[in-house]
Amino acid sequence: MSFLAFFEQLAETSWSVELHESQYAYSIVESIHVWTLCLFFGTVAMVDLRLLGWTMRGVPVSEFARRVLPWTVLAFVIMVISGTLLVYAIPVRTYQSIFFRGKMLLLVLAGLNVWFFHSRVYPKVAAWDLDGVPPRAVKVAGAFSLVLWSCIIFSGRMIAYNWFDCDRQPQPAIINFLAGCVPTDSGR
Amino acid sequence: MDLLPFFQWCYETPIGEAIRNSNWMFALIEACHLVGLGLTGGAVLIVDLRLLGAGLRKQPVALLSAGAEPWLVGSVTLMFVSGIPLFLSEAIKCLYSFPFWVKMISLLLALVFTFTIRRRVTQAGPTSDGPLPARITALISIALWFGVAWGGRWIGYS
Repeated sequence: MSFLAFFEQLAETSWSVELHESQYAYSIVESIHVWTLCLFFGTVAMVDLRLLGWTMRGVPVSEFARRVLPWTVLAFVIMVISGTLLVYAIPVRTYQSIFFRGKMLLLVLAGLNVWFFHSRVYPKVAAWDLDGVPPRAVKVAGAFSLVLWSCIIFSGRMIAYNWFDCDRQPQPAIINFLAGCVPTDSGR
Repeated sequence: MDLLPFFQWCYETPIGEAIRNSNWMFALIEACHLVGLGLTGGAVLIVDLRLLGAGLRKQPVALLSAGAEPWLVGSVTLMFVSGIPLFLSEAIKCLYSFPFWVKMISLLLALVFTFTIRRRVTQAGPTSDGPLPARITALISIALWFGVAWGGRWIGYS
């Protein structure tokens, strides 16, 4: 089964339709997704700023990792659950949104950055735990994280706009290719 | 007091009009506003969690609050710089929007509370884990900022 067929089938399920057509449920889920940003991006940003040596230089980096990152993980779980529900409510359009696709790609990159930091950089934390300004590799990981998550916020916000939707033809060929539009059933 | 003439004037400013006439300006400014929201959340919560006896609870409150404050001021500035143009572009709608007024009143209260009572509490620096006055301060802070976030999100639904 193709991805498109999968999302088309999701759209047929009654819960998807009900979530999409509900008066308040969709807005509440979306609000939770946005509000949790404060906890998720907020804690990510504070940790990154510490890695860059731009805030709270007197606090050991390991303290941030031990005491702040669990909140980040909690917030991420809420983001994933609420975000999945938002996709579930509008499956096909979201799957064919270049901003959603860009966001997923950026999420993979952000995930790689997390993996790189925790497997290669953080194990040696004892050597720079108390440094006000950590070594270069640490700062690079922090900067990548800040930039990637900001881009994820941008692309996530843009999903709401229909500039490049498949049912708004003609679009440049590159857009149709990237969005996976199928011209025959895209309302041309 | 009739606020309509003022809101009308805001709506008709060149900035408001430029944003309304553009396909993408509102979206881009709003995305900046969202990044600012996250940063503000971080700068507020890192201190409020500490006041609640969670997060960086081994660190002195005064140290955390001094470290977070420039980022709080910076991110709130970003919120104003991005939020005011958004407001100008739909000022008339805002005038009649209940969430907008909840947001403005919460924002005023949050700023006053943060830079008076909350600042005094953090500078006094309770060292033990979350004594009651510190916890109450954190809860009021979170409630007021949540009022701002609630209003902000729901302006868009009205």
